[in-house]
Amino acid sequence: MELFIQQVINGLAIGGIYALVALGYTMVYGVLKLINFAHGDLFTIGAYLGMTVFVSFGLGGIVPIWIAIPLVALMVMGLVAVLGGLLERAAYRPLRNASRLSAVVSAVGASIFFQNAIILLWGANYYVYPEAMRPSVIIDLFGMGVPLIRFILIGASILLMLVLYWFIHRTKTGTAIRAAAIDQGAAKLMGINVNRIISLVFLIGPGLGGVAGLMVGLAYGQIDFSMGFSYGLKAFTAAILGGIGNIPGAMIGGLILGLVETLGAAYLTIAWKDAISFFVLILILIIRPTGILGERVADKL
Amino acid sequence: MSTQDISMNAILSLDKVTKTFGGLRAVNEMSFKVEDNSIMGIIGPNGAGKTTVFNLITGNYTPNEGSIEFQGKSITKLRPHQIVEQGIARTFQSIRLFPNLSVIENVLAGSHCRMKSGLFASMFRLPSQRKEEAQTLERAMEELEFVGLAHMWNEKASSLSYGNQRLLEMARALASDPKLVILDEPAGSMNQPETKVLIRLIQAIQERGITVMLIEHDMGLVMKVCEKIVVIEYGTKIAEGKPVEIRNNPRVIEAYLGKED
Amino acid sequence: MINPNSPSTANSPSTASTAKKICSSATYGSSKMPLYNYILIALVLVMSVLPQFMDAYWVAVFVSVGLGTLLSLSLNIILGQAGIFSMGHAAFYAVGAYVTAILNTRYGIPILYLLPISGFASAFFAMIVARPIIHLRGDYLLMVTIGIVEIVRIALVNDIGGLTGGANGLFGISRPEIFDIKIKKGEQFYYMIWSFVGVTVILFHWLNCSRFGRALSCIKEDDVAAEGCGINVTRYKLLAFMIGAFWAGMAGTLFAAKMTIISPGSFTFWDSVLLFAAVILGGGSQAGVILGAFLVFGLPEIFRSFAGARMLVFGLALMVMMIIRPQGIIPPRPRHYKLSKASQNKVDYALSQIQDSKDAQPTCSVHGKGEENL
Repeated sequence: MELFIQQVINGLAIGGIYALVALGYTMVYGVLKLINFAHGDLFTIGAYLGMTVFVSFGLGGIVPIWIAIPLVALMVMGLVAVLGGLLERAAYRPLRNASRLSAVVSAVGASIFFQNAIILLWGANYYVYPEAMRPSVIIDLFGMGVPLIRFILIGASILLMLVLYWFIHRTKTGTAIRAAAIDQGAAKLMGINVNRIISLVFLIGPGLGGVAGLMVGLAYGQIDFSMGFSYGLKAFTAAILGGIGNIPGAMIGGLILGLVETLGAAYLTIAWKDAISFFVLILILIIRPTGILGERVADKL
Repeated sequence: MSTQDISMNAILSLDKVTKTFGGLRAVNEMSFKVEDNSIMGIIGPNGAGKTTVFNLITGNYTPNEGSIEFQGKSITKLRPHQIVEQGIARTFQSIRLFPNLSVIENVLAGSHCRMKSGLFASMFRLPSQRKEEAQTLERAMEELEFVGLAHMWNEKASSLSYGNQRLLEMARALASDPKLVILDEPAGSMNQPETKVLIRLIQAIQERGITVMLIEHDMGLVMKVCEKIVVIEYGTKIAEGKPVEIRNNPRVIEAYLGKED
Repeated sequence: MINPNSPSTANSPSTASTAKKICSSATYGSSKMPLYNYILIALVLVMSVLPQFMDAYWVAVFVSVGLGTLLSLSLNIILGQAGIFSMGHAAFYAVGAYVTAILNTRYGIPILYLLPISGFASAFFAMIVARPIIHLRGDYLLMVTIGIVEIVRIALVNDIGGLTGGANGLFGISRPEIFDIKIKKGEQFYYMIWSFVGVTVILFHWLNCSRFGRALSCIKEDDVAAEGCGINVTRYKLLAFMIGAFWAGMAGTLFAAKMTIISPGSFTFWDSVLLFAAVILGGGSQAGVILGAFLVFGLPEIFRSFAGARMLVFGLALMVMMIIRPQGIIPPRPRHYKLSKASQNKVDYALSQIQDSKDAQPTCSVHGKGEENL
């Protein structure tokens, strides 16, 4: 039972990260019907930037850790968001009217570019987050020691998701994003500046993804240039699981995937851990291709 | 109802066919027969379920209840391509050609199911395959000539005018050697001279021994070419008969013009 | 045959002008054909003498580009011709390579016999995995195929059934022997693989010009309409997968025989992505795909002088190329049909009728029965 609760907490922590990354995929897919292959790499850049910002500003010495980390998070969010916006401008906007396949290849090119930029800037070896960034406070939960950071992680990701949910469903801009996702043409006719919406989505998605990268560094301590690949694929699986294009779906999908993967690895097989999410993906697509919250759309003949 | 019903030789018959989408009954216990080598029209207000009836016949939808028989065999559960093989070809309401292929290739696509060359014969270009290709090309050109598009054989399909695209869709359907052709709004987006050609063409199809079913909003065309008309409203058949009978049927007039109080 | 479209109604000056346009484009097309053939012959000649002018390093590069070309051509059947978004081609490659490695190292079956065996094994694998997912659309299928390639890689790492040798892979695969000549030098592999590419190009070209190729084009254009024309869409999509996998499996055999050591690291998601990029970059024609394979698998070698930045430049180049030419470098040309004399006469007759009616300035007189109104 103890093991189970511990695994559930672990699952929710990793699931929260998947969910944050999945939000970037699902929002972009929602408005552009494009898989942003470079999203996973923006996430990785977030992890590296977090470390660099913390170290180079010497934040650890100036302010207490509980102020420093949110500050770093905000900076990472901003920087990665800008990068995401630039990516959209450079790699996707010129291909807006081309076939989706060419956009996919452009995305692949962007992904290769980012990955190698990371290697050039930080090197190909893995990095360990500085101890100063990772307060190793252990919380006693019914006699079990659980690192505090796990709870903070779960809390932070849920908080971010709630903010996003509020933004998408309760503000005018959020409504415009949803409108653009349903029908770009109609949204344009209603006076929505779709280009601006797309730019905005490419700020929000990567921003959240970058923070998720920072969270991975904080929680697990170790980062490397290729981590965006597996996190990205799993996050995309989470997005499909919840119903691609659907924002609450991505949140739920991420949490479910995190749980399934962690519990599966703990109780079934550790060697196949990374394959679990793909089995889930294939299964869900065979059984219910539109995902958990996705709507079924009848074929129009 | 017309007296033909008793003695008629039906090529297609629908028996209490029902199709629901969610809670909506798009087609409700639809029954009618189509006489061999006749021209039959289905009319009804927009959204009445006409195209759904066609999609049920062509296998794009499967009925929830009821059965469809073609030439004495049940085709209720068959998939669209199997139904084409049985001898029912169709055109689409919103033209669905292969826009980037040439005109002749669109027609050749219709001949696909009448060709036999397998993968191996195709990959190694065996003599049998080449012979079949040549014969099929000949046949496809005949169909193009039939609809009057022979001179455009090498054009890209998407470069044709809408009227000509409709004709091309008909040639593609005819290339599959059908016993029954289903035309979904063939006169849609055609101008008047083109419609006149179309009327002649539909009659010519009948003269080839092929049965024709069509949905059309152009009442002039329907009344002129159809021997029998089925009127549907809200997925239910409200009238069936010869054009004269339909024109004077009070329920039909009501469905089209609304009830006079 | 009745022609209801009498000349007086199939009129309008615009049709006549388009008709003229076809005539000119037809002659243009026929004069272009030989040029294309000359380029092809020149290319074959250059390729056949090339190894004499290259050092061992570049021969090795060309050998791996050759394998990449073979794989890209096989993916092109699935992705380029049928329009099925498959990003899992490395899985089929892996199945071929591992079947070869296992059967060769355990039972000593010669490589050349293993070529078709691996092909069939790969095609069979494709049939099994593709059947349940074949109806999925676009990006969904893309993601599932990525999932498959990752599952295959993880399965290989986990040493399934004790057969695949885990993360270290398998070694001691023997070299192919053709007529008692053992293929082991880079140059010999060069000729073997590139002749294989040559044969593949011819067979795939013929396949493309048959009802099979047409069916795939139709499915790519509009699968609902294709099904409505009597094309068994599911069957043809599956066949496209199986043919692609068959060739990828054979490429796997050649790869295993060339390397003599194989490990899961050679069959990753990224290898699939590069193949995908080669096909889309090329544009879907065979010539384009070969060029695409050269760019994707050869370009990083040329960028070697950039040292660490070469993949960075490569990523940038991919983006720029797609932006400059989103339809790919050489999109497929329309298939060429040669009309028989009788058919050509029909065309000429129709054209002359249009010309006549244009000269006569038609008044849209309508034939047929009276114009009784309703």
